[in-house]
Amino acid sequence: MRNVWIIAKREFAGYFNTALAFVFVVIFVALTSAFAFYVGNLFGRGQADLYPFFQYHPWLYLMLVPAVAMRLWAEERKSGTIELLMTLPIAPWQAIVGKFLAAWAFIGVALVLTFPIWITVNMLGNPDNGVILASYIGSFLMAGAYLSIGSFISALTKNQVIAFIVSALICFLFIMAGLNLVLGFFREWAPAFIVSGLESMSFLSHFDQITRGLIGLPSVIFYLSMIAFFLFANTLAVEQKKAE
Amino acid sequence: MTEPVKPALIKTERLIKRFGDITAVNGISLNVARGEVLGFLGPNGAGKSTTMKMITGFLEPDEGRVLIGGTDMHARPLEAKRRIGYLPEGAPAYGDMTPRTFLRFVAEIRGFDGSDRDRKVEVAGEKTGLHGVMDQRVETLSKGYKRRVGLAQAILHDPEILILDEPTDGLDPNQKYHVRSLIEEMAADKAIVVSTHILEEVEAVCTRAVIIDRGRVVADGTAEELQKRLPYHNAVTVDVPEAASGPAEAVLKGLANVSGVEEVARLNGHVQFRALASGHREIVAEVASALRDKSITVDQIYVERGRLDDVFREITTHDTHAERRAGNVIGQANNGGAGA
Repeated sequence: MRNVWIIAKREFAGYFNTALAFVFVVIFVALTSAFAFYVGNLFGRGQADLYPFFQYHPWLYLMLVPAVAMRLWAEERKSGTIELLMTLPIAPWQAIVGKFLAAWAFIGVALVLTFPIWITVNMLGNPDNGVILASYIGSFLMAGAYLSIGSFISALTKNQVIAFIVSALICFLFIMAGLNLVLGFFREWAPAFIVSGLESMSFLSHFDQITRGLIGLPSVIFYLSMIAFFLFANTLAVEQKKAE
Repeated sequence: MTEPVKPALIKTERLIKRFGDITAVNGISLNVARGEVLGFLGPNGAGKSTTMKMITGFLEPDEGRVLIGGTDMHARPLEAKRRIGYLPEGAPAYGDMTPRTFLRFVAEIRGFDGSDRDRKVEVAGEKTGLHGVMDQRVETLSKGYKRRVGLAQAILHDPEILILDEPTDGLDPNQKYHVRSLIEEMAADKAIVVSTHILEEVEAVCTRAVIIDRGRVVADGTAEELQKRLPYHNAVTVDVPEAASGPAEAVLKGLANVSGVEEVARLNGHVQFRALASGHREIVAEVASALRDKSITVDQIYVERGRLDDVFREITTHDTHAERRAGNVIGQANNGGAGA
């Protein structure tokens, strides 16, 4: 655990060594809020909740999270520092988990900085703060799942742009799995268990439940096992690709 | 040979590494003991870096194994890696960190904390001449400084084993000198492997040289042993006036230990002969006294040692012969060239 912490600490500090971190946080907060007010019509609905705010997170994360994840391993490979990292006395999983946690914490910081919107709805009405807290937790978990996919893809290429596009695409598929549009297509011919299996793999359906106040154990387990699975794949990818 | 049986700190057993159809490393076995500085030579693409990557545990060999102080790199990688300091090719470092934060990071991973950590960083920075740039971002540093950051990172925990992949590449002559003396300073109680293209570096700092070509060891010995492989090693070159060239040649040819005489040059009324030493024996005294006995004036006389460059070229340019040679070259080197 000590090594994971050292790696995470270095990585996290790394975000703030460049202006990029601040740019990202500003864009993150601005976009999430803009969508809530202008597209989600937060005020116009006349309801004191943050549903319009959280509703767009799965879509915004499609762009924002791969942007954070793309450099995680692609850059290590491109600059050759991976050779340094992998010849230090640490296990590969420690480096992978450490880097993942740092990036996740960074997104967490951005998410926390959207707190003014929470304050706003509390000033205007009496929202269910339990639901809002659950939604924040759900949003954070979902970001973690996106991030683990992005981290895995990042280990497969030296090119950050490719890493970004491919991660965004895969995350997109995981969102789409929950849309009626897609499910309807499968319902035509596929057995029911496949359709429900597909639906249960969707980021969207799990997140939707959470934002409606149902932070069920299955959803939490879903996101955590997604993270575990992709970080495991990430370990294999790093081992396979490190020397190329 | 002279060396007593010392336990090898680095031992590789018939390492093989393939990349697709290419066999980058093809059965390399090495032993490096404490106190040895091994110069690792070879043309580009010969497999030097790949071998070093396997020794340091970055790459898994397809066959064979690496023992670090007796610890199997494959079975217990963390334990083995703890004992190694490694400067990878090109000295990669995190560009957005400063040497200080970067070295602190490495020190923490190496298990140092608090003031202990800061002291290690300070010492490593001092040894490699980083004072003055410790708080500048690595990406803004010159190539020479970047290389030193890599070196500092490698020696930070005072490892028993140092693997340095082209440590002086891209450095100016002063910096090269500095790095060499640093290696010499540390040599006594470590096993060091240095890969390089610069042959005088091998003569300057290495106790032994291994030349590899297309994934195989083609020569292994001290710089002197390798030089003995050249036909003109220990040959004596004499410069005589043209008038005396006839008798001089006759005298040289008449000597028992001279296996042949070549005329090297004829210039400004002088002739230069080279007397080849049979069995690479020391013949200079014999040559000098024989010429003196005949009252032949000698303007210049010197012993040819042979340059490592020539050895390198000879060994690594015989394309088709290289593989056949591999076996007997090693044999020769180990015999100290006594019979060649």
